[in-house]
Amino acid sequence: MADAATEPLLHVEGLHKRFGEHAVLAGASLDVPRGRLVTVLGRSGAGKSVFLKCLADVLQPDEGRICFDGRELKPGDAAVRAEFRRRCSFLFQSNALFDSLTALENVALPLEQTTDLSDKEITERSLEALRQLELDGHRDRYPGQMSGGMQKRLALARAIVTRPELVLFDEPTAGLDPLRRNAVFAMIAKYQRQFGFTAVVVTHDVPEALVASDRVALLDKGRMCFEGTPAEFSASSDGVVCDFRDSTDALGRTLAAIRRGEALQPEDS
Amino acid sequence: MLRIVGRHTLSIVHALGDFALFIGRSFRASVGSRKLGRRIVRAGFEQGARCLPVILIVGTFTGLVLGLQGYYVLNKFGSEGLLGTLVSLSLIREMGPVLAALMIVGQAGSALAAELGIQRNSEQIAALETMGVSSHAFLVAPRLIASLLVYPMQAALFVTVGLVGGSLSGSVLLGLESGTYWSAVERAVESQDVRECFAKAAVFGLLTIGLCAYHGFNAHRCRSATGAQAVSASTTRAVVQSCIIVLAADYVITSFLV
Repeated sequence: MADAATEPLLHVEGLHKRFGEHAVLAGASLDVPRGRLVTVLGRSGAGKSVFLKCLADVLQPDEGRICFDGRELKPGDAAVRAEFRRRCSFLFQSNALFDSLTALENVALPLEQTTDLSDKEITERSLEALRQLELDGHRDRYPGQMSGGMQKRLALARAIVTRPELVLFDEPTAGLDPLRRNAVFAMIAKYQRQFGFTAVVVTHDVPEALVASDRVALLDKGRMCFEGTPAEFSASSDGVVCDFRDSTDALGRTLAAIRRGEALQPEDS
Repeated sequence: MLRIVGRHTLSIVHALGDFALFIGRSFRASVGSRKLGRRIVRAGFEQGARCLPVILIVGTFTGLVLGLQGYYVLNKFGSEGLLGTLVSLSLIREMGPVLAALMIVGQAGSALAAELGIQRNSEQIAALETMGVSSHAFLVAPRLIASLLVYPMQAALFVTVGLVGGSLSGSVLLGLESGTYWSAVERAVESQDVRECFAKAAVFGLLTIGLCAYHGFNAHRCRSATGAQAVSASTTRAVVQSCIIVLAADYVITSFLV
């Protein structure tokens, strides 16, 4: 029998998800070890967000198994799913903050609705989460009055206030400039170590992911075509991994060819 | 032709069933929901206090017009003394609950549909679910429960200011004795009429707020549009269907009660 400490916190096996005729996931599998930061890489439209939403119980996979802490999340098992939701948080790409609630109210919301804590304890814990994310001076501001980075931190404060064991990040750096991308990844890595939660991040930012993550997986054509450490990812000679990893070099080669006046070859041919 | 009629009938039956499940799910989810009272009060404020000006204005003018038209008709038969009866029964049995419901739909129902549609689009509803918070209990149930209380109160207010409006046009403008008007009101109105008024208002509240919440909540399922256009389409559909359902339900309830 596997030791609970070494057993992955999240075990995903053979996920399939179709939207009409379009198969987005075609047998995606992943193991997420406890206390680690795992990044799922993939091209835009590869199904990373769908994969994460299946993990977060937002979407129902057509086939496959998801086990959290050794227990399978079955569609009919409301108790196990409720337990999973209590121990897991999800950070949406859009942050999904309640724009009619202040920063403090946003952070307090999951505590108010899912715990039996008193109003005083809820306020204290929410203020503590805001302080940890360096937002304590903005408790009465609405999300619309905050910058993009502050909104991201507010969403993270809301995600960690319930002290989850697993936090899922959906494209946390989408649309950000390189400096902000670094800052967001640094923030995730810092708080992941500080609070000790297990994190799954989906992104297509390779350099940042390789620096910040403990493990990396690559989703391509609905399946995980690579799973390993960042060092293994950097050293891999797999064609798909190389294409994805060396995309910047490929751009350089393409631009050099354009400058030399050579005809462009279609990449996918 | 038969196939088209069949398909439309099936889709209407499916939509009605879906709506009934939505309402049932919301009430069931509200059992044991935390801080429900606080959210009911907030919803009551949206449907009550925010709609107060429009209820007062429309109620007064409805009473004024009823007084004028009623006096004109009754005068032909030499029965001006029955103006209070006509105004009070028209307002309490029909116009009060119907017009108050239509006003609340225009003010609070449309806002509710748009708000839920935007929350759906910006993934706020999905975020609630991932937190383990029932979106039905958090967003829909308080509005439904508040509507059961607020609609009858608004209907009562509408009737009250309408009666005053009727008195103004009957007594002040057309010279009918004020005592004649109010004693006719007192003689005409029975407790059954008041109960009917409250029952209608509560049913209209449940149906219209339910419809507005349903369309906003399901804005992402809109087939004809996406994004902001889906919110707009859902809001329009919510308001139009609410207005129709008020009049249709009014007919059904009246036909059972008369």
